[in-house]
Amino acid sequence: MKPVFMTYTKKDLINLAVCMVLSVLIIPTFIKTEYWYTSILIPWLCLALATIGQQIVMGYTGQLALGAAGFMAAGAFAMFNLILRVPELGFIGSLAVSGLIAAAFGILFGLPSLKVRGIYLMVATLASQFFIIWMIDKFGWFKNYDSSGIITAQDIVILGKPFTTPLAMYFVCLAVTAVLTLLAMNMARGSTGRNWMAVRDMDIAAESMGVSLLKTKVQAFAISAFYCGVAGALFAFCYLKSLEPVAFDIKLSFKILFMCILGGLGTINGAFIGAAFILLFPVLLNSVGNNVFHGAIDATIISSIEQVIFGLLMIIFMIYEPLGMAKLWENLKQKLSLRLQSSSIKNLKSSVSKNLK
Amino acid sequence: MAYERKFKIGKPILEVNNISLAFGGVKAITDTSFNVLEHEVRAIIGPNGAGKSSMLNCINGIYKPQQGTVSFRGKEIPNITPNIMAQMGLSRTFQNLALFKRMSVLDNILVGRKLHTKTNFIEVALQLPKVKKEEKVNRDRSEEIISFLEIEDIKDTPVGKLPYGLQKKVELGRALATDSSIILLDEPMAGMNVEEKRDMCRFILKVNDELGTTMVLIEHDMGVVMDISDRVVVLDYGKVIGDGTPDEIMANQKVIDAYLGVEH
Repeated sequence: MKPVFMTYTKKDLINLAVCMVLSVLIIPTFIKTEYWYTSILIPWLCLALATIGQQIVMGYTGQLALGAAGFMAAGAFAMFNLILRVPELGFIGSLAVSGLIAAAFGILFGLPSLKVRGIYLMVATLASQFFIIWMIDKFGWFKNYDSSGIITAQDIVILGKPFTTPLAMYFVCLAVTAVLTLLAMNMARGSTGRNWMAVRDMDIAAESMGVSLLKTKVQAFAISAFYCGVAGALFAFCYLKSLEPVAFDIKLSFKILFMCILGGLGTINGAFIGAAFILLFPVLLNSVGNNVFHGAIDATIISSIEQVIFGLLMIIFMIYEPLGMAKLWENLKQKLSLRLQSSSIKNLKSSVSKNLK
Repeated sequence: MAYERKFKIGKPILEVNNISLAFGGVKAITDTSFNVLEHEVRAIIGPNGAGKSSMLNCINGIYKPQQGTVSFRGKEIPNITPNIMAQMGLSRTFQNLALFKRMSVLDNILVGRKLHTKTNFIEVALQLPKVKKEEKVNRDRSEEIISFLEIEDIKDTPVGKLPYGLQKKVELGRALATDSSIILLDEPMAGMNVEEKRDMCRFILKVNDELGTTMVLIEHDMGVVMDISDRVVVLDYGKVIGDGTPDEIMANQKVIDAYLGVEH
């Protein structure tokens, strides 16, 4: 397909337009309940952004890393301290710098990837998860010596305007996520992404082509941590509205890992699909429990069922469709277009035979 | 040969001096030396386990020989790594195919353009004009190679789904995309039928003839080797037992013994 505008094809531009119209026009006009913004859309955008970070390091570069929540915590607390101590930076500036701080941690914890791989690397990267949380807990400075354990996040102020309503915060998350997603897409499709995938698929050949393993792996870890850091800051400031290290525990890291795998390794849209599924599925189960069984099933059982189904789905996807839901969606689209084509061919045939008669 | 070569065979481009390589107690290569002249087609032959692939891996920096040196354009290279050799202008293919299986044919070949890509990831993320310009140059060159290798119809297929012969072609394409001055081919025609082999020979000779690329190839098909190479080096049990033009090699008693066996 020929690119129409810059490097984007017509299909890309249509997809972009559809997403933008949906998120900027349709959702704000039709969804009025605050619940949707505060509990679903905002965390969805934040977690999807973190999942893109996980995709870059795991899906594209093939490095099994498990510590996304640690980088999110680094980003969130960096944001808190930057707004507190360097207010001149402003919200967007602080967000970028906290991403960079998380990226620095990413470089540090990405270095083991040069020597260990696979499941061993996963264990090595777990260190980031525990170290960052421990550091924040241990040194009071990071929490501004707050003894209560939970710190309230500062209000979001951009260019002197406060963004405190759920809808306004949704727009902040949307803007940041949209921009970063576009940048990630550009990288993934360009020479940067090709280097990542080359390292993933066959590192020795990549090196023989002049791709530096050191540079590529560390770069992927840094970019991944940047995305997680920004996502963590948004997660704390727009969704939790508080900062506590416990919120960024290993469970969140696993959640992001599941989003990445179920969504489809090595796809950007998979990050959004996976995040939506993992966030919405418990909500769906709950409403089924309440509306169909009228509370006859205990809430604890429902949450256990949720775990069971997630586990099963992970196994099923790993065996039958390692490329995840994004691939299922692709397949569906292909089948539909094939059906359309074959029906148009049938029409053609019947018209030809009619003409012959 | 009767016809005039556009690129006359010149000075040694690659010299292997007294290389010895052992894996534990197993000696793969013992005190081996030979050279490769610029613009020539040089074949390395030998029975199975003679140390041919190990030799290429030493030249390319994947294996570190215990002894000996490799010189490129007259300069000895200390600490060889695949990356350094790639930057010096040496590219290669692998015996057991080392393609990027989940990437398309075009993307595989584009990775070969890595050393001609100077933009960094921030510039790529922002899609600056110079990124687009560079990408266009790289894509045009890759498309050129794709049409040269006659694989236009599969350029968007993930490489992992292609049959073996085509994968070998893609690997050659990736090595060509680097625009290296020397290409090492590790059994480029293994597992191919006669027709595919003939195509492959044509590609190798055409590249050598038109671009002057020096070719070093390991091959088992004697007919092919004697037809296309300018000089042949024969390895057996990690040692050089013959080095010369195809005619000299065919008359070499040691080589005949190594291939056919001798009565003791």
